[in-house]
Amino acid sequence: MILVVAEYANGKLSKSTYEMVTAARESGVAGPVGVLVLGSDVSSIAAEAATVAASVFVADKLELAHYDAELWAAAVAQVAKAQGATAVLIGGSRSGREYSPRVAVKLEAPLLEDVISLKSVDGALQAEHYTFLTRVTERVAAEGPVVIVTVKPGAFAKADSGAAGSVTNVDVELPARRLKVTAEASEKTERIPLGEASIVVSGGRGVGSAEGFTATVEALADQLGAAVGATRAIVDAGWRPYAEQVGQTGKTVQPKLYIAVGISGAVQHLSGMNKSGTIVAINKDKDAPIFKVADFGITGDTQEIVPALLAELRK
Amino acid sequence: MRILTVIRQVLDAEESVKIAGGAVDLASSKLVLDTMDEYGVEEALRLREAGADAEIIAVAVGPARLEEAMRTALAMGADRGVLVECDVALDAIALSSVLAQIAKAEAAELIFCGGQQADWDSQALGAATAERLGWPQATWTNKLSLSGTTLSGRHDADASAESFDVALPAVVTTQQGLNEPRYPTLPNIMKSKRKEVKRQTLAEFGVTPKLKVLSQEIQVKQRANKMVDGKDAAAATAQLVHFLREEAKVIA
Repeated sequence: MILVVAEYANGKLSKSTYEMVTAARESGVAGPVGVLVLGSDVSSIAAEAATVAASVFVADKLELAHYDAELWAAAVAQVAKAQGATAVLIGGSRSGREYSPRVAVKLEAPLLEDVISLKSVDGALQAEHYTFLTRVTERVAAEGPVVIVTVKPGAFAKADSGAAGSVTNVDVELPARRLKVTAEASEKTERIPLGEASIVVSGGRGVGSAEGFTATVEALADQLGAAVGATRAIVDAGWRPYAEQVGQTGKTVQPKLYIAVGISGAVQHLSGMNKSGTIVAINKDKDAPIFKVADFGITGDTQEIVPALLAELRK
Repeated sequence: MRILTVIRQVLDAEESVKIAGGAVDLASSKLVLDTMDEYGVEEALRLREAGADAEIIAVAVGPARLEEAMRTALAMGADRGVLVECDVALDAIALSSVLAQIAKAEAAELIFCGGQQADWDSQALGAATAERLGWPQATWTNKLSLSGTTLSGRHDADASAESFDVALPAVVTTQQGLNEPRYPTLPNIMKSKRKEVKRQTLAEFGVTPKLKVLSQEIQVKQRANKMVDGKDAAAATAQLVHFLREEAKVIA
């Protein structure tokens, strides 16, 4: 069995879960695809998962109401073992990449991180992933009775829903929570999440101020139905919430269109967006590195170009 | 208490990656201590300066050239180093076994590790090491303090920033924003040359790679690189919208 650990938010499976099902189906690993749902009060999530997988396993426990790396790792390792999984697919989200190494150590398994392809070749799992700040594509192979894999969001197509699978409740033994969360500053947005958007509009220092960001980047994102992104510099400056950060220490995105507004293009930012389909850059410095990866660049003041662009789009 | 800070040596961010014979070739590139690891060394020093009675040990696993990066850590203020020389590329899961064994041998109580290293883009080392030691972890930490044996800090989760408390022993992974690493002063650079670096071999740890690297290549996406002067904003944006609609076909 290939076990996919479901990711979900706001009562629905995340796009990444459907993508992992595709990765599992197309991998050529023998056996059926199972989906594991961890959480509390997650029967509707499990029912949705049963539309894409033959078997769904649910560990529904109050202790799992909030994510914790040690709890998640313990639960996933136990279910993977009990079901005799030969591959475990985990989302390439921050949490997925945090608890997956613990699963690998528990099962003495190799870990393939943030894969963009996955194929069973002669009994080994071969995958590609990016290295050197997303500049190098590396092909790696892992062998073992079970291999742990994290899957890069956006790298695989969304799986189609099909016939209804079975839902089985499973019990897991959980350790005590040791990392005590004392406060949470959640950053909710009405816009589409960064990782799920087909268009992303991002802003950097060149927008001038938090107000400048709203007037340019957010206005453009609303016009295009796009997600909003930001550079580390302006997140650190407090102009934008952390959840919007694109780059090495933020999120990696691969939309079909990425519009960089007032972003110079430090290598750490490029590593979070350089695989995007089409890249547009608006920046007043004609030598800014962002133009090297751009399909279309406009040199000019963002406060003049963006309003003109909005007017043009509304025509 | 003993604090381990994990050291990696990576390509300078300003350098371009070179490929030779299907593999990354670092022979003629400028290599530096990973910034993520500088944050770890700096944070260990700050905990000590804030009153923790700590010995700070820089740990590196890899080719002999890593001593350069280690000397940077020692010049910043780390007390001594442990360098496990090996020429095989260890993945994070394998490497974590070496680190865990060193942590046990040194009776360490706190380990700093980069959140995502700039060479292999892995985020696994800190968590894997914590699991091997049976310790908790705080990843992507951007604020930290120590009170008795409790670490308090702030870190980034999937869609929020969390404040946390965790009891030692623990693994902390770093990220930009945690601190501003100091530059080594000349006297400290001189002093660092006399600091002890213990050399060990990989054979002492009984660890082999879990992954096999088959190839490395640079896949450069061809970009249209159309450049338009925005002096006439209306004309420039009209061209852009035409490009997006008719050529790239990415908007309706």
